[in-house]
Order: sequence, then structure tokens, then C-alpha cells
Amino acid sequence: MPTVQRPVPGERTAPPGAGTPWRARLFRVEERSAPYAYVAPFFLLFAAFGLFPLVHTAWISLHSYRLGSEMEWLGLENYAWLLSNPAFYNALWKTFTIGVLSTVPQLALALGLAHLLHYRMRGRTFFRVSMIMPYATSVAAAALVFAQLFGRDAGAVNWLLGIVGVDAVDWRNGDWTAQLAISVIVIWRWTGYNALIYLAGMQSISQDLYEAAALDGASRWQQFRHVTLPGLRPTILFTVVVSTIGASQLFGEPLIFGGGKPDGGALGQYQTLGLFMYQQGWTYGSLGRAATVAWVTFLLIIVLVLVNTRIAKRRAT
Amino acid sequence: MTGRPTPRRTTTTALATAVAGTLLLAACGGGGSGNADDGTVELTVGLFGTFGYEEVGLFDRYEAENPGVTITYESTQGEDTYWPALQTRLASGSGVADVQGIEVARIADVVTNQADLWTDLRDTPAASAIGNYVEWKEPAATTADGAVLGLGTDIGPMGICYRTDLLGQAGLPTEPTALAARMQTWDDYVALGREYQAAAPAGSAWMDSAGGFYNAIVSTEQEIYYDASGALVHDSNPAVRAAFDTAAAAGQAGLTARLEQFVDPGWDAGFASGSFATIACPSWMIGYIKGKAGDAGAGLWNVTTLPGGAGGNWGGAYLGIPAASENVEEAAKLIAWLTAPEQQAEVFASVGNFPSTTAAIEMVGDATDPWFNDAPIGQIFSASSTNAPVQILGPQDGVIKSAMVQALLSVEANGVAPADAWTAALADVTNQVG
Repeated sequence: MPTVQRPVPGERTAPPGAGTPWRARLFRVEERSAPYAYVAPFFLLFAAFGLFPLVHTAWISLHSYRLGSEMEWLGLENYAWLLSNPAFYNALWKTFTIGVLSTVPQLALALGLAHLLHYRMRGRTFFRVSMIMPYATSVAAAALVFAQLFGRDAGAVNWLLGIVGVDAVDWRNGDWTAQLAISVIVIWRWTGYNALIYLAGMQSISQDLYEAAALDGASRWQQFRHVTLPGLRPTILFTVVVSTIGASQLFGEPLIFGGGKPDGGALGQYQTLGLFMYQQGWTYGSLGRAATVAWVTFLLIIVLVLVNTRIAKRRAT
Repeated sequence: MTGRPTPRRTTTTALATAVAGTLLLAACGGGGSGNADDGTVELTVGLFGTFGYEEVGLFDRYEAENPGVTITYESTQGEDTYWPALQTRLASGSGVADVQGIEVARIADVVTNQADLWTDLRDTPAASAIGNYVEWKEPAATTADGAVLGLGTDIGPMGICYRTDLLGQAGLPTEPTALAARMQTWDDYVALGREYQAAAPAGSAWMDSAGGFYNAIVSTEQEIYYDASGALVHDSNPAVRAAFDTAAAAGQAGLTARLEQFVDPGWDAGFASGSFATIACPSWMIGYIKGKAGDAGAGLWNVTTLPGGAGGNWGGAYLGIPAASENVEEAAKLIAWLTAPEQQAEVFASVGNFPSTTAAIEMVGDATDPWFNDAPIGQIFSASSTNAPVQILGPQDGVIKSAMVQALLSVEANGVAPADAWTAALADVTNQVG
């Protein structure tokens, strides 16, 4: 309000004299509790949409729960089923291999691109914006287009290979070929995003360091290795963690690449944990088993992140 | 530049991000549904794939003939995504449409496990329509207590669709009757395939996929995965094993284009490009083939009977009314009208879904299809439906069929030995069905 602020009796400013210790205590309580009140909305939302589903999923995973019927207590039977199921280990392994195939080239490429974009050049903003375009594309659209590109009979990739004299590859049905094709979709979508994060990290590295390094006779490559990379370490850690989580939850790309079916190919050659979970829940209607897969995946991710950060911390010290 | 994160804070941030990211699991929401007040009714219809009602304009006509009724229609292309979504809505009792489509592979599950979630049509205006069908159609939608949970839309009698131009180039008969004369059994069909393969244009296979071939063979059987008592016999039924082995052998011999049906984009493209010369086609695939091959494909395809004139059935559907519907009366009138013989005949003429009522089957007996070289599709599919056995359906048919098709794909595309693929398929089924 634009009016002049005047002290109003009985509000904020305590009148001198009467009731001071009581009011003072009230102020102290308010001072201490206010921050909690301010962050409460987030935690309420988190409890409703984060914590509750998580706990409820754990509860469901202890039951036999078919779509459209009642829950039946099973204890840890679903976990025993899961841990003795070769399809689960297959999915775990495929998630890992596709994760490596997609994350490593993606982050390396992103680092290189960020380095190039860090230079002063014409149309820099245009290039930076275009980096983010694939990220803004829907997974479904991207995966559909790539599924066509990697088609056996009329796909553009095989056509290009044909020009070089390579025989048509059955991308979809092959083991590594299908994983490679899916990794390409992931790399295409996420490289630009990571490049922009790296670029932001690079811009926060002091120019003085580069000047000092240059004075000492460091080459561009040496500057990159000894100034840029150490300066980017927290950023790199962040992208590695986020990509690892993304890779362990990979779902949309292999689902749509597989024509909307969660089998991940005839031999499950690209069935990720996400697809395996979806298959249990929606193809077979076993929500209890799907919840079990979800929880085991969640625990795996926690372990992965802890390992990640532990390694990073050891390297930092 | 202020506040560069210390390693410790980075760790915390990373962990928080990790946890938050993992928690972002999707939840489902339901839609709304209209209800009656003063004479006006808003009916919702939820279907999958192509039932043909919207295409033929039946909803518009029903609205015009029944003032006060408005129909909201939505369709999901894939039945495999449509059904799970419907299941969650049925379970929660909200968001279901007044009329929902049910695929024939689900009907056994509906009558055995979900009788309380669907309306018994005997108590509705649709009751009079129940007696109009081919003998097996309505019993399949009837519970042990006699409740009828769905009205049949179409059935899936089978034929062999083939490319006249490709067969001609390979020196095989192109006329339906001449071709049928050379195919008395499925083995003859495979033998013709070997002949075709020897002389075929490059990049063209005799048939599309081993899985599709397998499905065609078992569709002519009465007992497939369940026996009459309802016990699982998928691993002991010799007919299933024989069909599997025949299809696997065809795949190994290179007679298949290794294109998974409805999944591989190359399968769709193959109808136009000629990646495969023949495909066992249920009537509802007629419209699909036309759509994929387009105008340029007119006159290239023809239809003949299954080997030896065998009858078979693959697919077909029902319309049901969820128990949660607030407009049961009006919904029942709508489904009775949509599935009435006149409307079924019209849908067949437009999109190829073959009628399931006896009166409509008589109406379409003379139908020919100019796109398919004037093939007498009415006569071919009528004969197939007449000769078809009364199949025994079971709640896990879909799961078992999918496991078999996957295993056959691994034979043709990944070089897995048929015996190993069979073992893998059985293990798959055991793991899920128990």
C-alpha cells in the first residue's frame, strides 16, 4: 500500500511496558517457526504427490494386486519372484548397457559443444537456442521419427549405409543394433540440454584463470584440461547424476521404438527396467509385481547416486 | 560470481534431485460423464481401433433420429493401451464411458472376473438383440450365471490376401480359385511359398511374419489354449505345437519377411511395397490393407479362402455398458441399434468388419470389393464363418498368444532354434500365468 506506514497499537511493534516477556516469547516463536511455515507448502505437496505414492507403492509391492480386483497380502513373495526372474536381470543389464551407450557419448559430445559455444562467434545465440530444440521435442515424436529412420526396408539410415556398400541392417530385431538405435534417440534429445548446462558452468569460471594460464604458456587444450574441467567438476557431477537417473528410468524411447509394446524385442534385447515394469503392470495386469519392480529400481538409483557422489567426493579431496 | 556450491552442498543437491526425480511417477485421472436431466441425454462411447461407426456416420444418424441424445465418442488406436486404461477406470468407478468396446480376447476375462463391473444386458432394452447372433458369439459374452455382458459387433472370419502382381511374376496362379486349388492344406501353402521364394522378386517374401502365420493356423482350431473344462492346455495341445512348428519352419526357411504385425513400421509399409506377397487376413484387416496400400494399391491385391476352405476366426469385438454408467437405458438402446443387422452390413461395406448377426451375414453374402479385384469377400468370409469351429476362449489367451508370437519372431529374426523358442515361450507363460 502506498500510504505512509505508521505503527499501529497492538500490532507488530510491542508497546513498551506491559506484557513484554510474553510478547517477546511470541516473537521468538514466530521467528523460529516462520521459515518452516514458508517451506511448508512444498513439503505438503511433496508428501501428497511424492512421499505418499512412494510409500503406497511399497505397500502394493507386498500384495498380489491384479487390475480391477482386491489386494491380497503376499509378504515378500513378489521380491522373491523378481530376484529369481531371468527377465528382470535381462532388463537390468539392458538398462545398464543402453545407459552407458547413451550417457557417455552424450556427455562427451555436450562438453565439446559447450566448449565450442563458449567461443565468441557469429550467430552464437542462434546456435545456443538450436541446441535446446531437440530437448523441446516430445519423446513420442522423436522416437517415431527415429523408428522410421532405422527401418530395415525403407529407413534412411540403411539407405545411407547402402550408398557406402553396407548391407541393410535389421536395427529393430538385432541385439546391439536396437540398443544403438535407442541410444541415438537419447543422445539426440539430451546432448543440447547438457551442453547448455556445461556452457553455464564454463561462463562462471573466472576469465583471470585463463589469462594466468595463457601467461604461463598453456595451450588451448591444456587450458581446457587444467582450468575448464576442474572448474566444471560440480556441473559434471550434476549432469552425470541426472543422466544416470534418466538412463535407469529410460522408458518412452524404447517403448515407442518397439511399436508401443513393452516387450523390448523378441528376446527382450531392448527391454529396460521401465518397460519391464510397464509390462508387468499394464500388459499382465500384475500391479503388485510392477510396484516391486518400481521399488527395486528406486533403491538401485539411490545406490547408484550414492556411489556416484562418493567417487566424486574422493576425487575432489 | 557468488555462492559456488561446495562439494558437500553439491552432494546434497544431487541427492535431493535424485530423490525428487525418482518420485515423479505419473498418476492417472479420469474423465467426466454426462447424465440425464430433462429429456436430454449425453452418451459417451469409448472404443479402440476402427469399429467403423464414426467412419460410416452412424453416431450422427443416431443423434438425428433420437432428438435429445448427444454422443461423445473417443477412440484409442491400440487395444493394448485402451484396455489397461479402461481397467483402472472400471476399478475406480469413475471416468468410464457409457459404452465401452471389448475385444474378443478380453471377453473371457470379463465374464469370469469382472461380471460385477458390467451391466447385464438381459435387463435392458438391448435384451431383444441377444438372440440375433451366430451361435457362439453371445455365449462367449455370457457368465456362468447367464448374465450377458456385451453385444457382438463383428467377427473375424479369415481368408488369404495376396498380391496378384507378385504371384504372377513368380509364375504362380493369380486367380483366387486357381490359387485355392493349389492350397488344400497349410503344408501346401508353405510348399507354394518355397516355389514363390525361388522365383520371387528381390526383397519380397511369401508371407509377412511367422507370428501372423501361426495365429492364422490356430484360429481354425476349436481348442487352443484352454479345454472345455477351462483348464490351460497350451503346452499339451498338439494343435498348438504343430502350428508353432509349422510357422517356425517357414520362418527358418526364409519364407517370412520378419515384420511383426501391427508393431514394425515396415509391416505397414510392406502392404504397398510388396515386402510380402501373402498374408492370412481376417475380414477386419481388409480395411487396414486398403488404408496402408492406398489408391496406388487398388487392383494389386486379391482374396481367396484359407487352405482347403477351412473356417477360422481371429478377433471381433463386443460393446458393453459399465455398471458405473448413469445412462444404462439409453446406452442399451444405442448399442442395440449400432449392432443391429442393417448397421452391421453398412459397416462391413465401408470398413470390412464382418457382421456377427445372422441376418446381416445374409445381407452381405454377395458383396464384392472393387479394390481387391472384385473379390467376392462376402461369400469368402461368410463361408469361413460358417465353417469356423466354436472356439474355446480363456482369460489368458492374449498373454499366451503374445508369448508365442514373440518366440516365433525370435526364430525368424534372431535365428533362435524352434525348440528353444518353444521352451522360452512356455517359460514366459508360466512366469506370468502360473
